[in-house]
Amino acid sequence: MTFITQSFRCLAGKVSRFLPHLPFRENSSARRLNGVCLLMVGAALLALFGADIEIYAVDPWQELGKIGWGLLLPGWSDLPALLQALGYTVAFALLAVAVAAPLGLLLAMVFHWRPIRLLCAALRSVHELFWGLIFMQIFGLSATTGLLAILVPFTGVFGKVFAEIFEQQATQPAQTLPPAATGLKRTAYTLLPQSWSALLSYTRYRFECALRSSAILGFIGLPTLGFHLETAFKQGQYSEAGALLWAFLLLIASLRWWLRARLIPLYLIAAVWLLPETIGFSGGGSLWQFVSVDIWPSALRAGDGSGLLDWLTMMFSEQVWPGLVQTLLLTQIAVVLTGVLVLLTYPLASRALVGPVMRWPGRLLLLVLRSTPEMVLVYVLLLLLGPSGLPVVLALALHNGGLIAFLVANASDAEHKSRITRADDPQGLKRYAYVETPRRFPAMLAFLFYRWEVILRESAIMGILGIATLGFYIDSAFEEIRYDRAFLLIVVTALLNIVVDSVSRRLRRQALPDTAQ
Amino acid sequence: MPTAPVLLQLTHQSISYGDHRVLADISLTIRQGEKVALLGPSGAGKTTLMNLLYQQQPETSALQPQGGGLVDLLSVYQNIFMGGLDRFSTLTALWNLIRPLSSARSDITAIAQTLGLQDKLWQSVDRLSGGQRQRVAIGRALFRRQPVFFGDEPVSSVDPLQAEMLLAYLLEQHETAVISLHNRQLALDHFDRIVVLREGRLCCDCPARELNGEQLDEFYQQVSSPVSGLPGNTDDGWVIRTS
Repeated sequence: MTFITQSFRCLAGKVSRFLPHLPFRENSSARRLNGVCLLMVGAALLALFGADIEIYAVDPWQELGKIGWGLLLPGWSDLPALLQALGYTVAFALLAVAVAAPLGLLLAMVFHWRPIRLLCAALRSVHELFWGLIFMQIFGLSATTGLLAILVPFTGVFGKVFAEIFEQQATQPAQTLPPAATGLKRTAYTLLPQSWSALLSYTRYRFECALRSSAILGFIGLPTLGFHLETAFKQGQYSEAGALLWAFLLLIASLRWWLRARLIPLYLIAAVWLLPETIGFSGGGSLWQFVSVDIWPSALRAGDGSGLLDWLTMMFSEQVWPGLVQTLLLTQIAVVLTGVLVLLTYPLASRALVGPVMRWPGRLLLLVLRSTPEMVLVYVLLLLLGPSGLPVVLALALHNGGLIAFLVANASDAEHKSRITRADDPQGLKRYAYVETPRRFPAMLAFLFYRWEVILRESAIMGILGIATLGFYIDSAFEEIRYDRAFLLIVVTALLNIVVDSVSRRLRRQALPDTAQ
Repeated sequence: MPTAPVLLQLTHQSISYGDHRVLADISLTIRQGEKVALLGPSGAGKTTLMNLLYQQQPETSALQPQGGGLVDLLSVYQNIFMGGLDRFSTLTALWNLIRPLSSARSDITAIAQTLGLQDKLWQSVDRLSGGQRQRVAIGRALFRRQPVFFGDEPVSSVDPLQAEMLLAYLLEQHETAVISLHNRQLALDHFDRIVVLREGRLCCDCPARELNGEQLDEFYQQVSSPVSGLPGNTDDGWVIRTS
């Protein structure tokens, strides 16, 4: 988290050269920022017309009451099973990060090489759950599938982010080295020690993400927390579900106490020992068969040109296009809603706005929102509101809003009583409107752009839960064992992700020149 | 030394960053064995000129940039060791990060003793003062063991007595040296040749013995800055006012 806070600090208050290429170029930074916001909000309002966001449930309040009681009065009948699920969740996350981080580091060292950049972009543009579905066809419901599902996309993320961290380092130390000293030893003496703390804190943050990914892998059948959570919700055992959720939140909240550098080797050994043995390995999947035959449409394999064209037309009009549209619409609404939520919730956790004591409930709320996996939130909201895009939009806004608001509140606290504070600063709402929000706004916007790509990936994956985004069609294709369709849809999703990533990076660069990463 | 071979040469060299002209039409020849002091107000282009010269012979030169280029997390020993990285294989160099090599240890201890850093050898450099850090940077340049030295204000943060001693040692250890300074007395006392840069142009290039302090002051006072009119200039003969 410190990694993000650090980049937060360096971008706060640097909006001087703002939006040089947009048509509404003005001499006021605020006006330019507002211009971008207006664009985003306008697009979201348009999206409201096309998106499926109705409430289908008859009586959401009754169900909400039951879930609320379950959360307040958690209970479990089978403690060993709960502990085992927690153990699996941690084991997958730990081993995956332990492999992905060093791999990412190696990729980061050769990141200037274009094929490596493309490889990283491709790896991270496909969601963990989709990787899980792919590997499940080959390795069955096994530990290999769980590990690969996390470590493959995480390697891509590590490669990119580590390379960005390297780029931020001063070049002077490298200049004083003998030009003949190249490669690994050059990096080992300069970039690596220079960026060590940034690398570590990012890896730590990613481990937290890996725990969430590992938990939700249960939704596709692996024996992690998500599996038990889904079962408990399906059977209406809300107090058990509550216990699982609290256990997960405690696991994340206590990270700083149990994740110690010295203990990590011990944990790794324990994780290997703990990993579930191959569970129900289907055995039928062969990697070569899958890659060379299964994922290609039969018309293509037969060399039937018109058949292929028919297949593509059918796929595009019935699945790709509707899935794509819903995914984009929901993403746009979710992004804007996230922004609104940040503006509403960050003051609750800020010392300057609610005081040193009252900020703790706010911080707790944001921490819970941040730590709960999006998919679990969606799942709960689906039970309440019925199967539409609304649960997805709300859940993504709650999770990401909590995450960003937490960082914004931290930045506000970091400036509390610093040199720029004045004795005659206004208080209360006036302070919120005139001091805190304007100061935090550029960084908040940068974070929002940063999360755009993440929100898109998530809203695509939520289709697994039955909402008609791209994930829905992918999941159905896997269920019907039509790998050719699944492959096409995953490629489309990945491309969409790469496009949105580059659009958001461009917008970020124009809007906030100092947040290039 | 007109007979010594030419080591570094610039002819009509200009450099601009955007609209800002940093160096304008610089022609400069430096021969083997010359000790050149580079003077001039801040922002005159000294660092740019230094980097330009360094790039002509990076393999045989030791560079000490402003700020030193230290790696904070590493110890004084490792920061000095880095200067000799080309003399060790990758595996040896990586092993040295875990367990310092006994062979390099004695050499670097000797360098640290010369620099007065023997007590700090195993401290990470982020715990050191500005003067100590600068001495570590000097240590790295010494461990490079090259005939040419480029230093961008290499002794600006150490106390005057030590500065003079260290500068003399650096000049003695390197056959050829190009060093930028703000201290005109050190320049006059220790160098054969003085080059003065102002607003990106060479405005003086002559043997040190033909110059004196007052002449050097004039180069600075021509700059249209409020300081040039201050009477304080004459009380402080030791440091050249820069801005």
